[in-house]
Amino acid sequence: MATQQTQVLGRALLTPAVALLFIWMIVPLVMTIYFSTLHYSLLDAEAWRFVGLENFRYFLTDPAFLTALRNTLVLVGSVLAITILLGTPLALLLDQQVVGRSIVRLMVIAPFFVMPTVSALVWKNLLMHPVSGLFAWIATLVGATPIDWFNDAPLLAVILIVAWQWLPFATLILLTALQSQDEEQKEAAEMDGASALSTFIYLTLPHLARPITVVILIETIFLLTVFAEIFVTTGGGPGLQTTNIAFLIYSQALIQYDVGNASAGGLVAVVIANIVAFFLVRIVGRNLEA
Amino acid sequence: MGQITLQGVRKSFGPVNIIKDANLDIENGSFVVFVGPSGCGKTTLLRLIAGLEDVTGGQILIDGKNVVDVPPAKRGLSMVFQSYALYPHMSVRGNIAFGLKMAGLPRPEIDRKVEAAAATLNLTPYLDRKPRELSGGQRQRVAIGRAIVREPKAFLFDEPLSNLDAALRVQMRLEVTKLQKQLGTTAIYVTHDQVEAMTMADKIVVLNAGRIEQYGSPLELYERPANLFVAGFIGSPKMNFVPGEAAGEPGVATLGIRPEHLKIGKEGEGWPGTVSVAEHLGRDTFLYVDAGTLGMLTARGVGEFSLKAGDRVWLSPEPARLHRFDKEGAAVRA
Repeated sequence: MATQQTQVLGRALLTPAVALLFIWMIVPLVMTIYFSTLHYSLLDAEAWRFVGLENFRYFLTDPAFLTALRNTLVLVGSVLAITILLGTPLALLLDQQVVGRSIVRLMVIAPFFVMPTVSALVWKNLLMHPVSGLFAWIATLVGATPIDWFNDAPLLAVILIVAWQWLPFATLILLTALQSQDEEQKEAAEMDGASALSTFIYLTLPHLARPITVVILIETIFLLTVFAEIFVTTGGGPGLQTTNIAFLIYSQALIQYDVGNASAGGLVAVVIANIVAFFLVRIVGRNLEA
Repeated sequence: MGQITLQGVRKSFGPVNIIKDANLDIENGSFVVFVGPSGCGKTTLLRLIAGLEDVTGGQILIDGKNVVDVPPAKRGLSMVFQSYALYPHMSVRGNIAFGLKMAGLPRPEIDRKVEAAAATLNLTPYLDRKPRELSGGQRQRVAIGRAIVREPKAFLFDEPLSNLDAALRVQMRLEVTKLQKQLGTTAIYVTHDQVEAMTMADKIVVLNAGRIEQYGSPLELYERPANLFVAGFIGSPKMNFVPGEAAGEPGVATLGIRPEHLKIGKEGEGWPGTVSVAEHLGRDTFLYVDAGTLGMLTARGVGEFSLKAGDRVWLSPEPARLHRFDKEGAAVRA
């Protein structure tokens, strides 16, 4: 009952949690803003001084920034495309009655439970290694030259690893959506003479519009900050070929020891994430309206 | 044309026999209602005819052609589902047009047919709305529109009115019957509501536990039920059953008499009993009477009676309206 008393009690009980969350957020943010206005290098930590917006100017005009921004967008876009284009047919398959369906489902979900660092190491050393990797072995079996993934197509390699990790997520969300599709609607379409393909195009795809939107929004949030896979496999290289914004900020802070510049970069990343979110919601957000 | 014949149709899911040897001849243009208690297989039988389920055995003939191996869309039937099963993201126009679009009809012809169907069902103002913007009755009409626009050999209705409120149900019942008469298309209608069955049907199929108990016109079922099940299922309140011996007819196992054929008579006439409950509906009075060895009897009196619980009454059955059943429950005709 929403009486005066329970409302007051509810707020009182919520206050500690909200306060804690607020402090947890506001303190790092304020500190980041503060550091972003300082010349503050860990190599010469005593000599910090206030420089205003100089760090932002430096970060935004750094040619590495544009490269990292491009890499970030390519990475996010490609992984989204792969996970949805492969996730939909996978979900359709898993929705069918097949022998050992629960085992198959478990196997499909498994990559999601593997830690990013571990899966990146497995891909790097066991699968994509140009000499001892599985792909190289297959390539030599069919007489082709093994691809040196992390030198010849480093960004593609990272995209494949990240896509492999996120495919289960997309598949799972789409699978649950498929299971909620009304059976009688499909039968009505069958009576109406729709083929399996027409049923998919006219009924299933529109039904999946909303879960696909959810997948895009949630994946984007996490894909903007991909770090472990890059750190473990390529270290952002060769050159800047696999450096995304998150990795660029890391390298400013802990390779170049420039805390001020990294803080400015972090704030820029926040703004970029908001811009991406704004456009995403404009483009796909209307699918979420009931 | 829409002549549908079932010959020895059987359906089992694993070891469970849902439909046991159904034989039925549905004439072109007639309105046939499948009625029975839940779980009797009436919906399964309809889905077998539609082609949404495969038969385990037997033949289904539409206009003399066996369609057991023909996919649903090619059978020339259209179905109205219980949940309406409208396509939620398509407009009313899109919903009605979908079947024609799948059949590859040219655009102008689709438009013409959709407009015509919408006009028949008073849906023209709603053509560009989505199903969720419509009321229950309107959705129902869209579902019917989707069925009639394909000009099928027969309509299949799967409890289409069960999601509507009582008043709307009576209205839609009338509309569906009128529409079917107007189009002259064969219709098969599944319901568990015997009032719907009695009012709409040209012929009723009473199903029980996967078996066709009786097939006949509503009045035939009412006046000459073939067995105890049909006698008890058709008519409201239920027919009274009394043991033949106690009623003074040792030759028959069970004697049936409908409440409306039990006269509330003068003292000393017919079966004596004590009123246990009297329901006063204004137009009718229903008396639930404890008649001793005859068991509980229900009697209908026209108009208002001053009888109340605890009063003594005498009930005399109309002799011509007595139904006699043998030990197996089959009707015995004189």
